[in-house]
Amino acid sequence: MSFESTNDQTSVETADSSGLAAADIAEEQTPPAIEFRNVDLAFDDQVILDKVSFCVERGETRFVLGGSGTGKSTIINLVLGLLKPDAGQILVEGEDITEFDDVELMRIRKNIGMVFQEGALFDSLSVYDNVAYRLHEARVDEDEVEHEVRRMLHFVGLEDAIDKMPIELSGGMRRRVGIARALVGNPNIVLFDEPTAGLDPPTARTICELAIKLRDIEDVSSIFVTHEMNNLDYISSEYGIIDRQGQVKYELADKTYCLINTKVMMLLKGDIWFTGRVEELKASQDNYIRKFIQGK
Amino acid sequence: MDLITQFLVELQQITNLLWRSIKGLRKRPRYFNEIVNQMDQIGVGSLGIVVLTGFFTGGVLILQAYPTLEYYGAQSNAGQGVATSLIRELGPVLTALMVAGRVGSAISAELGSMVVSQQIDAMRALGTSPVRKLVTPRIIALLVTLPMLTIAADLFGLIGGGIVARQLHGLDMNVYISSVRTGTDIGDLLAGIIKPISFGVLIGLISCYKGLSTKGGTVGVGVSTTQAVVASSINVIIADFFLSKILQSVLDSTMF
Repeated sequence: MSFESTNDQTSVETADSSGLAAADIAEEQTPPAIEFRNVDLAFDDQVILDKVSFCVERGETRFVLGGSGTGKSTIINLVLGLLKPDAGQILVEGEDITEFDDVELMRIRKNIGMVFQEGALFDSLSVYDNVAYRLHEARVDEDEVEHEVRRMLHFVGLEDAIDKMPIELSGGMRRRVGIARALVGNPNIVLFDEPTAGLDPPTARTICELAIKLRDIEDVSSIFVTHEMNNLDYISSEYGIIDRQGQVKYELADKTYCLINTKVMMLLKGDIWFTGRVEELKASQDNYIRKFIQGK
Repeated sequence: MDLITQFLVELQQITNLLWRSIKGLRKRPRYFNEIVNQMDQIGVGSLGIVVLTGFFTGGVLILQAYPTLEYYGAQSNAGQGVATSLIRELGPVLTALMVAGRVGSAISAELGSMVVSQQIDAMRALGTSPVRKLVTPRIIALLVTLPMLTIAADLFGLIGGGIVARQLHGLDMNVYISSVRTGTDIGDLLAGIIKPISFGVLIGLISCYKGLSTKGGTVGVGVSTTQAVVASSINVIIADFFLSKILQSVLDSTMF
């Protein structure tokens, strides 16, 4: 967990400051989780990304905002290697994946969890088999698979749905199963592609809490693509801690503590229009940003 | 993109898909369970319609040909006529067309739905090759089951022909069976097996390609399903002509 004082910009850790210092040193030595260097991408004549460069540090949650068709989901597809850039480099945990072939990409993808907009569960498989998919592919022993599946379904609060088929689940449940499936194997990076689109507010809130839990408890780096401002409000204003009973609690970051491991990036016309902290985004007087935040 | 360019691009992509599905066999995991599952769905699932098609095709062949054979006094050759046309041509082609309609559409619709609901992307994101997991097992299943289905169609076609010859025209069953046996040589049988193997690969490849290249949501699934059936059927008929010519040259020169 990383917090920063808003007054003197000194890092403060609630539990163990020496641990934070060690983490800071490690961060200096380790490459960012994701790095884009001058990435260009166009489909026919339409420019999607134009010399886009940014870094997602380890343990950081990077929001990617922007209107429809601004290239938000394209960034996720590029990180996964589902699309190849026309120019530039993409580095995942220090490895340049730009020219990787399918076999090498499969290795990289095993360390990345992906949460799709509609969950993208395999319709022909039960919830258990969906969550266990990665482990079954790796021919892991069935007892171990069951233990891991139950642990992940407990994490997303869906243990009771283990034997259901995807068709029997609500939209929110499908996405939570999608999150459980993405987290199997404890990936260092999780990519969220509009995970709350079309969900009712309480369910969207549950998904956001899972993202907070991943960021603060599991120390996962993530890209969170969305155009829903309430997602940004939740995740950038609250942090998760484990209380004495071992339960995860969500508390509001206040004037003393604010989250430094959550940043925002806004895309427009293939370019990064804004990058920085949430407070800076909200304080911006730029017309496009104001319109995006206020909806008018 | 003009039609010729589009055709060449599609040909290149289909060839690439075939190459990747063959390469997929060399690497683990090999998804034997998926192959068996597909063989069950494709083979056992199609048996009913294929048997019916064969039975009534054999029957109608006798129905149409018998009066002419009778006119020339060649009724005893009725079995030979049915056997040659069924085993060499109608059995493989009609079975392939029925399977293209039933299985080709199902494969294309299933893969197309998986594309539009991002399940294919999810599969890749989870570190699995969709070609190895979905395409290779379907092609192998078709390659194995289509010859078997063709044999079933041929057998039931001969039975159908025999029943019509006996019940409607009073032909002695022993004469019919004897005519079938004398009229069938190893060349017919080989042609009857080689053709469905090729058709199986064609149907599997085209249907998987059309499914995986689905664009445009649920409407796109409908479009690719239609295209898969049409393209598979036309290609089966075109391939049948060239295969017949090649097999005729090869088998006739080696056997006679």
